[in-house]
Amino acid sequence: MGFFLEVLIGGLMTGMLYSLVALGFVLIFKASGVFNFAQGAMVLFAALAMARFSEWIPGWLGVDNLMVANILAFIIAAFLMFVVAWLIERLVLRHLVNQEGATLLMATLGIAYFIDGLGQTVFGSDIYKIDVGMPKEPVMVLQGVFEGGLLINKEDFIAALVAAMLVAALALFFQKTATGRALRAVADDHQAAQSIGIPLNRIWVIVWCVAGVVALVAGIIWGSKMGVQFSLVTVALRALPVVILGGLTSVPGAIIGGLIIGVGEKVSEVYLGPLVGGGIEIWFAYMLALVFLLFRPQGLFGEKIIDRV
Amino acid sequence: MIYRENGQFKTSYAADQQIFPILQDRWAILGILVFAFVAVPLLADEYMFRAILIPFLILSLAALGVNLLVGYCGQITLGAGAFMAVGAYAAYNFFIRVDGMPLIGALLLGGFTSAAVGVVFGVPSLRVRGLYLAVATLAAQFFWDWAFLRIKWFTNYSSSGSVSVSNLSLFGFPVESPTEKYLFCLAVLVVFALLAKNMTRGAIGRQWMAIRDMDVAAEVIGIRPMYAKLSAFAVSSFFLGVAGGLWGFVHLGAWEPAAFSLDRSFQLLFMVIIGGLGSIMGSFFGAAFIVILPIFLNQMLPWLGDLVGVSISTAGVSHAEIMIFGALIVFFLIVEPHGIARLWSTAKEKLRLWPFPH
Amino acid sequence: MARLIGEVILDLQNVSLSFGGVNALVDISFDVREHEVRAIIGPNGAGKSSMLNVINGVYRPQAGEIILRGEHFRQMNPYKAACAGIARTFQNIALFKGMSVLDNIMTGRNLKMKANIFQQAFWMGAAQREELEHRAKVEEIIDFLEIQHIRKTPVGRLPYGLQKRVDLARALAMEPQILLLDEPMAGMNIEEKQDMSRFILDVNDQMGTTIVLIEHDMGVVMDVSDRVVVLDYGKKIGDGSPDEVRGNPEVISAYLGASH
Ligand SMILES: Nc1ncnc2c1ncn2[C@@H]1O[C@H](COP(=O)(O)OP(=O)(O)O)[C@@H](O)[C@H]1O
Ligand SMILES: [Mg+2]
Repeated sequence: MGFFLEVLIGGLMTGMLYSLVALGFVLIFKASGVFNFAQGAMVLFAALAMARFSEWIPGWLGVDNLMVANILAFIIAAFLMFVVAWLIERLVLRHLVNQEGATLLMATLGIAYFIDGLGQTVFGSDIYKIDVGMPKEPVMVLQGVFEGGLLINKEDFIAALVAAMLVAALALFFQKTATGRALRAVADDHQAAQSIGIPLNRIWVIVWCVAGVVALVAGIIWGSKMGVQFSLVTVALRALPVVILGGLTSVPGAIIGGLIIGVGEKVSEVYLGPLVGGGIEIWFAYMLALVFLLFRPQGLFGEKIIDRV
Repeated sequence: MIYRENGQFKTSYAADQQIFPILQDRWAILGILVFAFVAVPLLADEYMFRAILIPFLILSLAALGVNLLVGYCGQITLGAGAFMAVGAYAAYNFFIRVDGMPLIGALLLGGFTSAAVGVVFGVPSLRVRGLYLAVATLAAQFFWDWAFLRIKWFTNYSSSGSVSVSNLSLFGFPVESPTEKYLFCLAVLVVFALLAKNMTRGAIGRQWMAIRDMDVAAEVIGIRPMYAKLSAFAVSSFFLGVAGGLWGFVHLGAWEPAAFSLDRSFQLLFMVIIGGLGSIMGSFFGAAFIVILPIFLNQMLPWLGDLVGVSISTAGVSHAEIMIFGALIVFFLIVEPHGIARLWSTAKEKLRLWPFPH
Repeated sequence: MARLIGEVILDLQNVSLSFGGVNALVDISFDVREHEVRAIIGPNGAGKSSMLNVINGVYRPQAGEIILRGEHFRQMNPYKAACAGIARTFQNIALFKGMSVLDNIMTGRNLKMKANIFQQAFWMGAAQREELEHRAKVEEIIDFLEIQHIRKTPVGRLPYGLQKRVDLARALAMEPQILLLDEPMAGMNIEEKQDMSRFILDVNDQMGTTIVLIEHDMGVVMDVSDRVVVLDYGKKIGDGSPDEVRGNPEVISAYLGASH
């Protein structure tokens, strides 16, 4: 029982990170109908920027404080992501309005290649580390309740907490602020939103900026766990089943879907993995989402839509 | 000769329904075929065959498969590479496990296996559409990536995980030298292109396109979405499976699952989008573009670097290459979202009026 | 009218359909006789299109029955309906945009083409023969609707009126026994409307096709239809010959009152 709970909690903590990345997808899709395959590339790019700047800044400024270097690096990296967002809107999206889903998807794949190449050209392609002072040692909790207690990874716990806070902040931003409301209006109906004077282009830049920040945070969390390296791009791929499960347009769907996928992945890896040779978590999540879709094609929170003719 | 169809009156529906109704097109195709079968083997060198021509032919075949599904039937897939892998590994197993299995038999059986797998992974298309389906097809990609890596039976328990075939022959003729391989791939491609063209101009092709363009209306005239979609998945996977077999057997000779990774799937999708969705011709254009572009960049970049006095490292070249590749894709989508095939047909239309535009 | 109006061929009994909270159809019953032109009228949102969608199985009603030539169905499905000889056109044109006019109409022959996929791939035997046979039939329809000149044009490039005609052609290619027409003349000018009315009457006359027609233009409805059903907010408020319906006070207040 204690072991199962450990697995469960581990799954929920990873799931929170998936929710965060999935939210990046959902925001962009809602606002612009673009399925952003470049999300993974953005995670890598942001993590690279963060890692390299925090490494370079002490040399440039002569400060030796890790904290200061990290904060400055974060600011610069965030700024960089804003620039990227703005450029994407300016140079790409603006010219592709009203194109079909497939074309837009391809365009974001093109962007992904570009950003991958750019990041590695500018920042290098070795493995770098991000050290934001995350505690590495695991802790025991609830020793009184279970025999032996539960072993929890502090780093994962903090990561999940940060992700949860960001998710909550985004959800609030979406629900409560004027920009958030404008964003939702755009998501509901582009034309109508435009006709009441909501500037579409600005909304797009904003959501891409938000997605950039989400990528940065995800990049920092994963980067400090497993090092900043090319395989970070797969983080986004791992979050994709979440959006088919939760629905491309549903914020709560992204959150709950992330948790389900996180748990499903961990549980299957621990209990099923040894039977079939391990390494199954990547496809298992997809299969889980697929089987779910067969029974509920509208996703977790989507409403069943009957086509009008 | 002026390119014109005026004066070429059709006296029967059969004449009107041929693949190339215009006389000049028929001559052009004949010329291209003669050139490809006779002139190219005499002119091309080994590097040309290995690095450009053979990959181009096989990827064209794969792109055709993807185009049937994505371009004609409107079902986006991001898992095309997986079906190439299924074809390659199935062909491999038939080839080594069945005594006396001929090359062509193994390849076709690989194709049929891939078709069956394609039908299974096509089932979600009956429930979800568009981008959801695209993501769902990734399941195929990741599952088969994993299966060929972890399930040792598929790779005949080879210790390195890599498999290889040798001594290929076709009806007693060896398929070993680059020229032989080229001719073999070319022949396969020509036959398959003809099959694809026949299907797309006939009843099944119309069913696919009807589902793509307006699925409710298609149902109302009695097209069964299940049959139409799954047949598209089957045929597409068949093409991809055979292409995968060729890629493994003929092009690589020895391969690992990475040969059919997600990147391959993306690459195939790029080909049909850049080449032109829903166009047989476009599949060839796209494959040519995607095969030649990296080679071109690879040669160009160091040369350009020298020109401005910086030497670019190999890693630098490969990063710059994917950057430029990505940028070009985006540029292309913006300039001509309908692909090279559209440019081609516009050009032809202009030519038809030349030299007397109204 | 020389046509012989026959027995009841299609009978709808107590059909109800709702979407979430919206009651699109409430307990509707009416019948259609063989060879007649049956019109459905009513203001926007009355449930007319939904009615057609129930008949050919695009929508599944929650209650009621559909009786087609004596056979009872709880719900239809589009494939069954098509096999049973029901064809239709759409209010918002639902043509296959990426295909030529000819191919669009050829899809209408789909149910009658039996060649398997291998024969088609090799363009052999039955496949080739069928392709020619059905092309000949399709050309007849093209001649009938006078659209020879646009045969090879992609439908996306056609003006609205012609698209509506191609929509009709595709339905006729099925050689249906019952033809459902959803506002075939909406958005047309007078001349186009006259052409379309003529085609509809010719189809009914020459091919004996039973027609269920939704139309807003009362003049047209009075001219072409044998009997009329009136819907309002999902309820049936009138049923009878054009003259009877025109005289029905409830219809006048609900329908005419609403649109004038
Ligand atoms: N697919 C659907 N989903 C949800 N509501 C629908 C759908 N189709 C029709 N409705 C609703 O049913 C009612 C009747 O619509 P409809 O049959 O199209 O009316 P009409 O054709 O008479 O104008 C309307 O309120 C409409 O909004
Ligand atoms: Mg209507």
